[in-house]
Amino acid sequence: MSIENLKTFDPFAEADDDTGDTKKVENHIHIRIQQRNGRKSLTTVTGLPAKFDPGKILTFFRKEFACNGNKVNDEKAGEVIQLQGDQRKKVMDFLVDKKAGLGLNPDNITVHGA
Amino acid sequence: MSAAEEPKETAQSHTPRTPPLSAALGAFNTDPSQAAADEVPPPEDGGLDLSLLKKKKKKKKVEGADGDAEDEAAPAEDGGLDLTIKKKKKKAKKVEGTEEDEFTAKLKQLEVKDAEEAEEAAQEEGDMETGTGVWSHQESKTIPYTLLLSRFFTVLSQKNPDHSLSGTKSYKIPPPQCMREGNRKTVFANIADICKRMKRTEEHVTAYLFAELGTNGSVDGSRRLVIKGRFQQKQIENVVRKYIIEYVTCKTCRSPDTELNKGENRLYFITCNNCASRRSVTAIKTGFSAQIGKRKKMQG
Ligand SMILES: [Zn+2]
Repeated sequence: MSIENLKTFDPFAEADDDTGDTKKVENHIHIRIQQRNGRKSLTTVTGLPAKFDPGKILTFFRKEFACNGNKVNDEKAGEVIQLQGDQRKKVMDFLVDKKAGLGLNPDNITVHGA
Repeated sequence: MSAAEEPKETAQSHTPRTPPLSAALGAFNTDPSQAAADEVPPPEDGGLDLSLLKKKKKKKKVEGADGDAEDEAAPAEDGGLDLTIKKKKKKAKKVEGTEEDEFTAKLKQLEVKDAEEAEEAAQEEGDMETGTGVWSHQESKTIPYTLLLSRFFTVLSQKNPDHSLSGTKSYKIPPPQCMREGNRKTVFANIADICKRMKRTEEHVTAYLFAELGTNGSVDGSRRLVIKGRFQQKQIENVVRKYIIEYVTCKTCRSPDTELNKGENRLYFITCNNCASRRSVTAIKTGFSAQIGKRKKMQG
């Protein structure tokens, strides 16, 4: 059924380091943590698929995790969601959950930090 | 919600930027016009079909997930249901750090079992060097597997100690030594030793540590790594563990005896000294890092 030539192909997409395949950088989601002063920390989520509205996801996160958060538009990373506190596990659970979350493939998500 | 964000929200609800489900699914088809629609969704689509995301959100807030045909179809496009669930469990465990504990517990159990078996065996075993008991020449009783196995290893260690050593010698990395320096710095004291054992440069390991921990730091006079931020030994250990999995062990034979080299075209390769397999590894990327002192900077 599939005709290779008709597929959308972005020649300017960055080459993937693993396979050499070109694919858009945003395809991979990174969940990171940064320490702030004292015991406080910051969770950042980059590379969310474009089909989801980051604003809506953010409002959901804020309500669900009871934390503040904001979104920034980074030149390289695109739309980034920042949340206060270590929300990495909760974010991960939400992204992969098929029923209550986005049902994304965990292979496309990396959780960083110790 | 802040007043500043209010108009944005309402504007979005009129012209959702998220493409409708049909367009999202279209990206997986080969129709070029469909795919184009996915890139830039026409606003008039919005009134007709609610965006995928909005639908989901609404549902959750109001009534919770209730099987709707479209809702079901959405996650399916990501493929393999079983696999993802399994993977997820694995990941979750890793984050908690319980996997290791379970593992050690199991190991202990095994050890205990082994010891018990060995004792049992010793009773009826006799002495295999002098050839008594089971090992006597005239003995017709079948020798159990465990006995034969233990005999194999005893003989091996006696006659060929080099072999038995390489078989049982495990890859030992000393635990990272961490101390607090002042209130907001952590010193990773034995990084040089650990790097030497992994056969990796300190720069590479440091870059990985900083990227993973979302911080930076410096190296002090006695080659200790000073990391900004407070980290416990366990946390550093977890990152070193991840590093070993990603940049040290051979994926084919699990041997840690590997070398990291720069390949032909700016790619890094790991070559195994044990089985000679070669695989490429990703370069260390720092990724997005949030501006933490932004408010201060903007004011001053
Ligand atoms: Zn190997």
